[in-house]
Amino acid sequence: MIRLPAVVLGCLIAAAVAAPLVAPYAPDRIDLSSRRQGPSLSHWFGTDELGRDVLARVLHGARVSLAVGLLSAAIAAAIGVAIGGIAGYAGGAVDAVLMRATDGVLAVPRLPLLMIAAVVLQPSVPLLIVLIGLAGWMETARVVRAEFRTLGGRGFVEGARAAGAGHLRVLARHLLPNAAQAVAVSLTLAVARGILLESALSFFGVGVRPPQASWGNMLYESQATLASEPWLAVAPGIFILMTTISVNLAGEPLASQPD
Amino acid sequence: MTHRCVHAIPLLFIISALVFLLIHAAPGGPLAIYLSNPNVRPQDIERLRHALGLDRPLWEQYWSWLAAFVRGDWGYSFSDGRPVASRIAERVPATLELVGVSLACAAALTVPAGVYAAVRRGGWFDRVTASASLAGMSLPGFWFGLVLQIVFAIHLGWLPSSGRATPGADDFADHLQHLVMPAAVLAVVLASGWSRYLRGSVIDVLGQPFVVAAAARGASRQRLVLRHALRNALGSLVAIVAVDAALLVSGAVVTESVFAWPGLGSLFTEALARRDYTVLMALLMLSASAVVLFNIAADVAHAAIDPRVAR
Repeated sequence: MIRLPAVVLGCLIAAAVAAPLVAPYAPDRIDLSSRRQGPSLSHWFGTDELGRDVLARVLHGARVSLAVGLLSAAIAAAIGVAIGGIAGYAGGAVDAVLMRATDGVLAVPRLPLLMIAAVVLQPSVPLLIVLIGLAGWMETARVVRAEFRTLGGRGFVEGARAAGAGHLRVLARHLLPNAAQAVAVSLTLAVARGILLESALSFFGVGVRPPQASWGNMLYESQATLASEPWLAVAPGIFILMTTISVNLAGEPLASQPD
Repeated sequence: MTHRCVHAIPLLFIISALVFLLIHAAPGGPLAIYLSNPNVRPQDIERLRHALGLDRPLWEQYWSWLAAFVRGDWGYSFSDGRPVASRIAERVPATLELVGVSLACAAALTVPAGVYAAVRRGGWFDRVTASASLAGMSLPGFWFGLVLQIVFAIHLGWLPSSGRATPGADDFADHLQHLVMPAAVLAVVLASGWSRYLRGSVIDVLGQPFVVAAAARGASRQRLVLRHALRNALGSLVAIVAVDAALLVSGAVVTESVFAWPGLGSLFTEALARRDYTVLMALLMLSASAVVLFNIAADVAHAAIDPRVAR
């Protein structure tokens, strides 16, 4: 069965990939004769203070926002699986040290930490992806560790070991596949969080830098003229909300599925 | 419990090292603002570096910073030269007010919504709250704030768009009007996470044998839900609430900035814009320590609500 959130997400990704083809105008095309226009047939979402088409900017912004969300989540998941996996598999002192460190990073508020890092490093988009990924591995690490701890005590893992399987084989063949569902759930959460973090960072002017459009920096730019051009704040926000809701919904059946 | 407190100490060390290293990774370190100023000569920079102890080994700098921080000496703000502690102290009341009210509103929304959704599982109320909380969790808080400003401040003109009070008209009603929108944003975001969680744990508890047994003994539906399910579910909700309650100390960075609410969150964004590292370090340390301490408090509260946890 094809589900609605997957369809919405698919359309968003397709629109982002094909943005140069489907966008009605170039995202940075300045048209001073049609500045600050409300939504109309020629400009569905209106135009900004330079006469740039908001729909075109939203579509091009989707490329940045989705790329940041998906790739940062992949980085976060990779680190989380590695740290959680090592902690859960090794146990003992290694586990204690790694989990204390995880608690420590988790205690530092994520957005302020990223805001400082972004101000200090003035990141390009790829670096931004890495930073957001580095700030998002802790939940996955906890989940993977917990899964590995419970799985490790089960008969089939012990059986595999007794049959002579080495550490790598136990990890790759027996533990990881069984933790895959839990990882998938934390991955979807990380995608939604990554998109929200990028938009928040850009909203504060420390994420994706203009003139490159991202949903967050479009909202940042909309703030100055909120009273006269409210449509500038509507479209990017709806796209963020639509994306995060679809991602969260896509993860929900995974979370409730019995394994 | 002592076990938890003992764990908190290395945790605070890790956090402080992280915060310290982050600030020192900045190009030019704490002197970045002087480096970009053409009127400051290189020899002045050198003198400053020596005077501030920035030429000492890193671990020595870390240690003296930490020792001073623990003693309550948080240094001076780079932007206006005033003690960091007093800059922070003057922002505390606004944050306590906003976050306190938001936490209370969120709790007032969460408990009835979460419990009723669990009791009427699958019913219309459950479905509506499920969609609402999903939307709330997916919502970028700052955008929600902007939308509220467009609707209630700009379009309808019912509420002031930002600030904590109208200069000159500092009465209770005016104060309340300023508080409504930022508190609503925070409360909605908090309540959507909490109510989802509470619903899940009430459903869990309602399915447990002791509840079924109580039902079999003839306990009323109301008693089952309020006395058995809610009490057990609240214990675990406290842990989630406690982490969010740390906002009392860290300030709600996003909401406060959107509504120009003069609390710790706005202080953070102001300090960020001016590269005011001493203020940033103190704020980051405070909020991280708050998370650790509130987690311990949550364990204490959990044990008080549910004595089985205390063991």
